[in-house]
Amino acid sequence: MHALVAFLQDIPVDLLIIQTVNGVVTGMILALVASGLTLIFGIMDVVNFAHGELFMLGAYVGVIVMVATGNFWLALIVSFLVIALLGAVIQIVTLRPLIGRDPLNTILVTFGISLILQNFALWYFGPIARRMPSPITGHFILFYLDYPWYRLLIAALSAAIIGGFWLFLKFSKYGVWIRATTQDRVMAQAMGIPVPLVFTGVFALGAGMAAMSGVLFAPLVGVDHTMGLDWVLKAFIVVVVGGMGSLGGSIVAAIFISLLESYAAIWVDPSQAVIVSFVVLILTLLFKPTGLFATPK
Amino acid sequence: MSEAPTSTQPLISVEGLHTYYGKSHILDGVTLHVGAGEVVGLLGRNGVGKSTTLKTIMGLVHASAGKVLLEGKDIAGVPSHKLAHRGIAYVPEDRRIFRLLTVMENLRVGLDRDGVSDARKNELLDKVFAFFPRLGERRHQAGGTLSGGEQQMLAISRAMMLEPKIILLDEPTEGLMPSMVTQIREIIDALHREGVAILLVEQNVPLTLASSQRIYIMEKGIVRHQCAASELDVNHAVIKQYLGV
Amino acid sequence: MKNLNHHTVVYWAAFCAVMAVLIVAPLVLPEFWRRFLTEILIWGLLAMSSDLLIGYTGMISFGHSAFFGLGMYGAAAALILFSPPNLWLAIGFGLVGAAGAALFVAYFSTRLRDIYFAITTLIFSQIFYVIIFTWTKVTGGENGLIFTRPHFSIPFLYDVRFTSTTLHWFVLAMVAGSYLILRRVTQSPFGMVLQSIRENEARTRAIGFPVQRYKIVAVMLSGIFAGLAGVLYGVQNEFAAPDFVYFITSGDTVIFNVMGGIGTLVGPIVGAGFFQLLRELMSRIFGDQFPYLIPLGFIFIAMIIFLPQGLLGFARRWLNR
Repeated sequence: MHALVAFLQDIPVDLLIIQTVNGVVTGMILALVASGLTLIFGIMDVVNFAHGELFMLGAYVGVIVMVATGNFWLALIVSFLVIALLGAVIQIVTLRPLIGRDPLNTILVTFGISLILQNFALWYFGPIARRMPSPITGHFILFYLDYPWYRLLIAALSAAIIGGFWLFLKFSKYGVWIRATTQDRVMAQAMGIPVPLVFTGVFALGAGMAAMSGVLFAPLVGVDHTMGLDWVLKAFIVVVVGGMGSLGGSIVAAIFISLLESYAAIWVDPSQAVIVSFVVLILTLLFKPTGLFATPK
Repeated sequence: MSEAPTSTQPLISVEGLHTYYGKSHILDGVTLHVGAGEVVGLLGRNGVGKSTTLKTIMGLVHASAGKVLLEGKDIAGVPSHKLAHRGIAYVPEDRRIFRLLTVMENLRVGLDRDGVSDARKNELLDKVFAFFPRLGERRHQAGGTLSGGEQQMLAISRAMMLEPKIILLDEPTEGLMPSMVTQIREIIDALHREGVAILLVEQNVPLTLASSQRIYIMEKGIVRHQCAASELDVNHAVIKQYLGV
Repeated sequence: MKNLNHHTVVYWAAFCAVMAVLIVAPLVLPEFWRRFLTEILIWGLLAMSSDLLIGYTGMISFGHSAFFGLGMYGAAAALILFSPPNLWLAIGFGLVGAAGAALFVAYFSTRLRDIYFAITTLIFSQIFYVIIFTWTKVTGGENGLIFTRPHFSIPFLYDVRFTSTTLHWFVLAMVAGSYLILRRVTQSPFGMVLQSIRENEARTRAIGFPVQRYKIVAVMLSGIFAGLAGVLYGVQNEFAAPDFVYFITSGDTVIFNVMGGIGTLVGPIVGAGFFQLLRELMSRIFGDQFPYLIPLGFIFIAMIIFLPQGLLGFARRWLNR
C-alpha cells in the first residue's frame, strides 16, 4: 500500500495534468468517431468495419480542401458532405440488400468495403503521408510545454459537434424518427416512418461524423491510407465498453479509455499503451458485457 | 374521419391469404373483409393466426399466397410505412409504444406527416387529450413510465394521430382492469361514430360482440364462421365450439 | 468393402484424382508456379482451419492471424534456438504456441456470441500483434525473424534437404492429412454437436450440452491447424514477420472462406486458390502497382450479397456426407 502511494506521489503533477489534457483531447475525437459507430449499430445492427476508412477519407478530403482554399471550416463542411454522401451510397448498394439476413454478413461486407477504400486511397493518393496545416497556430505555456491551442480547439469542436448532434436527436422531427426506429423499427414503420430511408440517413450521418473527426485529427499527424485502422479498433472497443448503441456510454467510455492510455504513456511506450484499452475491453466483457457505461439512448 | 365510401367495395379485403413461419403454415387461406366505417370482430383461440392476419394486412408479415386489397387496390409488397400514410393504422398486442420517447414524442411520430397543418395537428392533440386526460397530464413523461392502461391509451392515440381509415386493433384489453376495459369500449364506439373502421382481434367475447357489427371466427389459420354480431351471444353454440375450453 | 455406396466411391475417387494432380503438379510446373501452388495449400490450410469455426460452429473468428502468427514465430523460435534446425521441433513449438494462444483467446471470447465474439477475437489478435511488434528483443519487432529452412529428417534414418518439389509434397501431405482429420472431426459426434450449436445454440444448451466447452475445444482445434499453416509458411519462406499477425490476415482468411464456400472444408482451399489466382492474373494484366484488392473487394462483396454459399457451396451437402 505504502509503495503504491509513494509510487503515485512520485508522478510529477505537471506531467499528470499534461497527460490529462492530452487524454481528454484524444478522447473527444474518439468520442466523435465512436458515436457514429454506435449510432449505426444501435439502429440497424450493422458493425461498420469501414468506419476507420471513412475517417481516413474524410481527412484526405479535408486536406485537399484546406490546401486549395486555406479555409478550415470549409474543409470540415465539405468533408462531412462528401463522406456522408459516400456513406449513403455504400449503405444503399451494399447494406440494403442484406437487411433481414444474418447481421454477421454486415461485418463481412463492411470489411470488404474497408479493404476497397483503403486500397483506393493508397492507389489514388499514394503512400506518402500528407500534411494538413493547422487552422490556428500558436501555443500557450502549459508548465514546461509549448502546448498548441489547436488541441484545445479540437476538444471544443468535437464537444460542440456531439452536442449539436445530441440536440438534433432530442428535439428535431428526424431525431425523433431516429430514436423511434432505434427502439422499435417494426412499430416505427407501422407509424409511417420510412425506416429504410432512416437507415441510409443514419449511416450517412455516422460517416459524416467520422469524416469530421478525421479532419479535426489530421493536423496532428500525417494523413495516409492506414490512419483508419487503429481508429476503427479503438472505436470498436469504445463502443463495446460504452454499451453498443448507447451514445452517452460511448462518449464516457471514449474519454475514460483515452485518459487511461494517456496516463499509461507516462511509463510505457505509446505504441504499447494501447494495450490498456484492450485490457479494459477484456474486463468489460468478463464482468459487464452490456457495457460499463451503458445508458438508455 | 373518413369520407363516405364512393362504391360498395370493402375498405379492406383479404382473399385466400397464406403465410408461413419457417416450415409452419400459419395462415391457411384466410378470407375476410372490412367495410368503411365498420367495426369487425375477429375471434378465435390463441395461436389460430388472428394477430398474424393483422400483421399481414399491415405488411409486417410476408404473404406467400393470397391478396390484400385496400379500397380495391392490391397492397402486396407495399412497405408498411406507406400503408400507414394510406390509412391503415396498427395497434399491436403488448402496445409497443416507444418506451424511451415521451408521450408527446410518441404522438408526434404519427402526427408529423406531410400535408397536415399545424392547426389540424393541434386539433388532433386536443381531441386525444380530451379522450384521455391522463395522457395529457403525462405528456412529457417517458412512455415506459406509464401504467399498462395508460400505455394502451397511448398506443391507440398514436394510431389516431395518423387519421386512419381503419385501425387494426390487436387485443386492446389484454391485461387491463375492468374499468379500463369499459374505457376501451367507449373509445371503440367513439371511433366508430367518427367513421373509422376497426378490425378488432380480442379474447374478450362480450366486448367484441357488443362493439362490432360483424364477427369472424378463426380456427387453425382459416375463417370458420362469419355472421352479424347480433346473431351471437356468449352462450351461443358457435362460440362454445370455437372458443370454449 | 461391404458398405461401399455410390457416394463413398465417387468421393474417394475424386479425392484421389485431386491428390494425383497435386502430386504431379510440381514436376511439370515452373518454379514460380510450384511455389505458388504450395502457398495456396498453406493459405488453404489456414482458411480450412477457420472453416471449422465459421462453417461448422457458426462462429466468425477474426483471430486466426494470431494463431497463424504464433505458429510461425513458434517455429522460428525452434529453428533459431536449436542447432541444427529441426523440422519436427519447429512443428512442435509452433503447434504449442498456437494452441496456447487459442486457449487464451477461447477462454475469453467464447463467453460471447456472434458479433461480440468476432470483435473480441479481432481485439485479441491485435493484442498479439502489438506484443510481437513491440517486443523487439525477442521477436525482432518490425523486422521479424529470419532463419534457415530445416532438413527433412527422420532421426537416425534419413536426412535430406528440401527442394521446392519435395517441400511441396511435404506441405501437401500435411494439408491433406489435416483435411482428413478435420473431416473425421466434423463427422464425429463432436462435430455433430458443433453443427447443432450453429443451427440453434440455445436449443443445444437446453438439451444439456456444455456449449461453451465445445466452443473452446473448437477454437483450439481450429487454432492448432492454423498454427500448422503458420509453421509451414515459415518453413517455406524462412522468415517470420508481424505483418501476418495483423488482423488483416484474419480478414483475408474469412474472405477465402466466404469465396470458397463455408462448411465444406475444401471450399476455403479453393477460395484461397481463387483469390490468389485472380490476384496474380490482375498483376500480370494490369501491372504490379494495380490495386488488385479493389476489384477483389467488389467481387467479395458481390459474392456475399448474391452468392453467399460460395463457389463450392452447392456441393456442401455432398462433401459432408
